[in-house]
Amino acid sequence: MKSTKAVFFIALGIAVAASTPAAPDQAQIERGHKVYDKWCFPCHGTGTGKPGTDSLAARGQKPAVLEERTDLTAPMIKTFVRQGVLFMPIFRKTEISDADLDAIAAYLTRNNKP
Amino acid sequence: MRVPPGVTPQDFSDAITQWRQALGNDWVFTSDDDVNLYRDSYSPFWHEDLEPIPSAAIAPDRVEQVQAAVKIANAYRIPLWTISTGKNLGYGGSAPLLGGSVVLDLKRMDRILEVNDKNHYALVEPGVSYFDLYRYIQDRGLKVWIDVPDPGWGSLIGNALDRGGGYTPLRDHFDAHCGMEVVLANGEIIRTGMGALPGSQTWQQYRYGFGPYLDGIFSQSNFGVVTKMGFWLLPEPEGFKSGTVQVPRHDDLVPLVETLNYLMNSNLVQGTTTIGSPLLMSRAARSASGGGSALVMTPGGPSIEELEKIGRDQNLAYWTCEMNFYGPPKVVEAQWEYAKEKYAAIPGALFVEGETYKLPVDPSYVDKLPKRQFGIPSLTIFGMMGRSEGHMWFSPIIPMTGEAVFEAQRVFGQAYHDMGVPAINQIFVFPSSFFPRSFVILCGFPIYHDIEKNQRSREVFKGLVKAAAEHGWGEYRTHTAFMDTVSDVYSYNDHSLRRFHGTIKDAVDPNGILSPGRCGVWPKRMRKAQG
Repeated sequence: MKSTKAVFFIALGIAVAASTPAAPDQAQIERGHKVYDKWCFPCHGTGTGKPGTDSLAARGQKPAVLEERTDLTAPMIKTFVRQGVLFMPIFRKTEISDADLDAIAAYLTRNNKP
Repeated sequence: MRVPPGVTPQDFSDAITQWRQALGNDWVFTSDDDVNLYRDSYSPFWHEDLEPIPSAAIAPDRVEQVQAAVKIANAYRIPLWTISTGKNLGYGGSAPLLGGSVVLDLKRMDRILEVNDKNHYALVEPGVSYFDLYRYIQDRGLKVWIDVPDPGWGSLIGNALDRGGGYTPLRDHFDAHCGMEVVLANGEIIRTGMGALPGSQTWQQYRYGFGPYLDGIFSQSNFGVVTKMGFWLLPEPEGFKSGTVQVPRHDDLVPLVETLNYLMNSNLVQGTTTIGSPLLMSRAARSASGGGSALVMTPGGPSIEELEKIGRDQNLAYWTCEMNFYGPPKVVEAQWEYAKEKYAAIPGALFVEGETYKLPVDPSYVDKLPKRQFGIPSLTIFGMMGRSEGHMWFSPIIPMTGEAVFEAQRVFGQAYHDMGVPAINQIFVFPSSFFPRSFVILCGFPIYHDIEKNQRSREVFKGLVKAAAEHGWGEYRTHTAFMDTVSDVYSYNDHSLRRFHGTIKDAVDPNGILSPGRCGVWPKRMRKAQG
């Protein structure tokens, strides 16, 4: 049985900027950076022992570090966080609130081309 | 909206209304989208009706709200399932054991109430993760270390209550706690140990207080909701050293472990040690074992003599033991020298000097450190998961002897063989001393969103529980899916311990609202249904 989560994961690999949001404000990006550092960096950051980064690299994703991507979209990011993907678990609203998730999306899409 | 078992829709609706008043609208979750966030990401029941999905979730922010939430549940006899950070992945995550339970999510209670680097302790709430406490200590330059389990996003309280383990001298997390605050099923608060003394100055310094010592009954149980807990911390060591001893022959494991016992129980070797085997991990040994793990001894697999020959031909040690030493540099050097002296009694023993660190290291070097041994939280362990969608572990405790390891290799090899598990799926991790004076063996099961694979894994898991119990070994902890299975084998004197657990449960939670079924403890009104 093919996993729904796996489908989303594949979607990450062929991601296109289907909908580039209007430029988020700097405060939202900075908030997103802080939330990202707390919740996402331990798995998706740079350096040794980052299984999310290593997993994406093993699948040929370039760049494998999410902060360096320019093709992620806010809906895609929210889907991964709220539904998980492969061994990445679901994150609840008591962990990452909807407002914090908006901020993460703003941060990770900050360099998307219009 | 789902309704908890045994609760009328009207009563549930009334309870929801009261929880909203007590906790605020934003922290009572009832929509399917919100409640589904509490599913176990690593559930072995994905796509099956057996998956226990909660009916709602409530998230108090402070102890008074926990009291209010519990009182409401008690009034309507609604089962609550308590989680702290909900990241106990591999053991049930944030999902209840009993489908339809309401999850009592304590993640918002994430206050670090005190860290003392003179007496070396911390007092925290359940939502505090290892990452949180580590960052707090680093930001303030405090001279203490925490001990971490493999994934750093878990709760100190949740992990200790589930009796998890780590890697430093304070690796037995429940043993390292000192003092609890607990909300009982009737909403009353108790504090254990010295915390029972108003204005106590020593709640996190002396465990026992006065009278019966109760803390143990709140671990792996459902007798209360722990809302604060103290933990002893390690004074920042001045140095760290590791070293490995290698021995060439199969039977050398017996004196290897016997010597390790002496060194560890004398506090000369500290922290978790793991027995390794370059020989059994080698391509040649795996090939001789049918392409899978050579760590277990399966019928028809290579003999010990054949394996020893591979070891001689390829210059591979049969067994290794990596040891860690914490303390001033000249002390850890002396400990290593002494360990070598003891191990030199084993003919052919070789020694490999590991890294030696003078602490603290420059912050730029932290990323290069062996994180677990340094109490640095990370998620590195998930790198071993490949394309799986989760995992669970079968984790029996066996005696800390070489003979017991040989027996475990044979017993679990035979069990895998009897159940038709192909060698490639025999995930067997060598014994580790996560807890003093015993070994833990880990057998891994990947989880997939595939019903057949998961059903098969559950069947094999139960077979291993049975095989272990037949040899006097039981699990130290387990996934919610197997809590009854594991509880069943702790059956001395016709389950007298489980009956006593039931007696306590009925006394302290007569309506049976707190985490029904956790670790095989069911309230009276559900015991019959559960058989």
